[in-house]
Amino acid sequence: MSARDAILGKIRRSLGADASDPARRAAVTSRLELAPLGVIPARGQLPQAERVALFCTMAKKLLASVERVSGYDAVPETVAGYLRNNNLPAAVRMGADERLSSMPWVEQRALEISRGPSDGDDAVGVSHAGSGVAETGTLVLTSGGDNPTTINFLPDHHIVVVSAADIEGDLESALAKIRERYGKGEMPRTVNLISGPSRSGDIEQKLILGAHGPRALHIIVVDEPGVS
Amino acid sequence: MQVTSPQFKKHTRAALANPHLQQALGNVRAGFIDKRKKAVDALPEFDQLRDSARDIKNHMLDHLDLYLEAYEAKVRASGGYVHWAETAEEARAIILDICRSAGARTVTKGKSMITEEIELNDFLQKNGIRPVETDLGEYIIQLRGEHPSHIIAPAVHLTKDQVEADFRRVHDHLPPTRDLTEHESLLYEARRVLRPAYFDADVGITGANFLVAETGTSIIVTNEGNGDLTQILPKVHVVVASIEKIVPTLEDAAQIMRVLARSATGQEMSVYTTMSTGPRRPGDPDGPEDYHVVLIDNGRSAMLGTEFQDMLRCIRCGACMNHCPVYHSVGGHAYGSVYPGPMGAVLTPSLAGLAKSGHLPNASTFCGRCESVCPMRIPLPKMMRHWREREFERGLNPATQRTGLKLWAMFARRPALYRFATSVAVPLLSMFGRRTGRFRHLPLAGGWTRYRDFPAPEGRTFMQQLSERDAVTMQGAK
Ligand code: SF4
Repeated sequence: MSARDAILGKIRRSLGADASDPARRAAVTSRLELAPLGVIPARGQLPQAERVALFCTMAKKLLASVERVSGYDAVPETVAGYLRNNNLPAAVRMGADERLSSMPWVEQRALEISRGPSDGDDAVGVSHAGSGVAETGTLVLTSGGDNPTTINFLPDHHIVVVSAADIEGDLESALAKIRERYGKGEMPRTVNLISGPSRSGDIEQKLILGAHGPRALHIIVVDEPGVS
Repeated sequence: MQVTSPQFKKHTRAALANPHLQQALGNVRAGFIDKRKKAVDALPEFDQLRDSARDIKNHMLDHLDLYLEAYEAKVRASGGYVHWAETAEEARAIILDICRSAGARTVTKGKSMITEEIELNDFLQKNGIRPVETDLGEYIIQLRGEHPSHIIAPAVHLTKDQVEADFRRVHDHLPPTRDLTEHESLLYEARRVLRPAYFDADVGITGANFLVAETGTSIIVTNEGNGDLTQILPKVHVVVASIEKIVPTLEDAAQIMRVLARSATGQEMSVYTTMSTGPRRPGDPDGPEDYHVVLIDNGRSAMLGTEFQDMLRCIRCGACMNHCPVYHSVGGHAYGSVYPGPMGAVLTPSLAGLAKSGHLPNASTFCGRCESVCPMRIPLPKMMRHWREREFERGLNPATQRTGLKLWAMFARRPALYRFATSVAVPLLSMFGRRTGRFRHLPLAGGWTRYRDFPAPEGRTFMQQLSERDAVTMQGAK
């Protein structure tokens, strides 16, 4: 007997259950299909403007820095400003994400832009989040041809752009958005829920930022006039 | 699973006499409890979420066979491999096989308790493969050749100075004059030393906090980002997980996540919650080319349908040990099992057998704090009592304890005799202990009085006080 059958057999014997019991099967199938919502905290259930404000407050509590800009066209100069303020070289790495590519980077003549996955030598990475979660100040990033996962972890500084219109009240709403985009039961290879910069408290429980991932997380929330 | 729990008493004596350990344990008392409380107080729905989390896992356990099948089908459909292991030995062999097929010489590891349980590192090393722990705490204890003393803070038993000494000993290629006096400098040194390992590794091994049946996804929850570098840089990602990590849907995972981080570290959400499904997709610029899941039973299926089934709801948050007065005094190593504290006192006998687990079910004061903070509402004290009863039935406890309990049972079954005996003994004890109100030594109770005083009775027995009080209330009622 294979280990698989042995384990499943033991589970059934211990439970006194039958694999073909239609009631058990139905319970499982319906839960998987319906994916019922559980308890959703009231905290994030707010009108859009307050939801975005809560997202910013929560993200700052997690020791991320947050800037709000009006329109995608303002992003490149905001990125350049962040680099200057932090005495960083004028170079960033990013994926080929369309929302990022369509921004007016050419206006930042001094800024060097590398595309594609990070090999660990980049000081700053720029990503675009699929959504944000107001409840906890969390960013939701999905991997794909245009969104390398390495950019989320290898550079020292991670700048993440998110549209204010994509900020959801709770985690479940953000997950529902992924389901909508990829199909029920389907997922991209990696979904990264990111809540603040990397940290460790492993030595004497003292919290230090920048353990293995980015030491700094900078979030640019883009308000697009007319979009909500 | 290596278990040295029968030496619990010896371990506790050593632990109580170890000044470094006692200093480090102060951080548990000071750190975790307040942070958890603040996070819990900030979420009015916390208790409702605990109920929800408990119900999800109960439903999952009752249908575990079916959810495992559904999960397996989804992983396969996304291009991943699923392996099943009944025992630790089978699991190790499967993992070694995967590493060998990948031609692996170096393997990076994210923090995982199940790989501690199956003693993977020693096994890989003996087979010529170098395992590198990348979580800061795990890295430190790997340098020391130790096991974790806490399920979420593996190096909580150490002080900063001890870590500095280890780094100076092992990182001998770095200038001896460097400054390592701050926590920051230690962390950055580990970060610098470990970075190249992620790129050298051929295989990355992580655990899983959740396996989602709906999508075939494995989820890890971390703060450092090491688990992510471990799984995205090498060619092969291996997820090692025990069968009860399954949850039905993404929504179910989200419910439990809300109680996990708050109970563990007092965070609302850990920094990185990473959901991985299969290998990299066509066109993906990074990520592993192969994705394997090793599903391990190792004694869990036998807990189903017994009074210990509830223990399989455990999400390894560590709150029970963070709030345990026994853990606070002796730390995790004293328990002699990879799973310390109250959750270990229940789980270790289930996995390793009661005979091997010695005093663990007795390593409790039954204060009930563990159950009151457990996010999954696991009745830990009740289950420790079940183990004590089994221990007694099987004649596994020492002779003095058995005689004592039998003697007590004889009195307890004869109320008149009990009342008479205590009415004589209590005033006697009270008289002898009157000066200080405490006993420093008591016959037959040396194990108790060696480290704490036994309070002297006030002079009257509980039964006497109760009947007096009853008489008063009865009068009041009239
Ligand atoms: S028993 Fe409860 S409190 Fe202890 S680790 Fe498990 S889930 Fe957390």
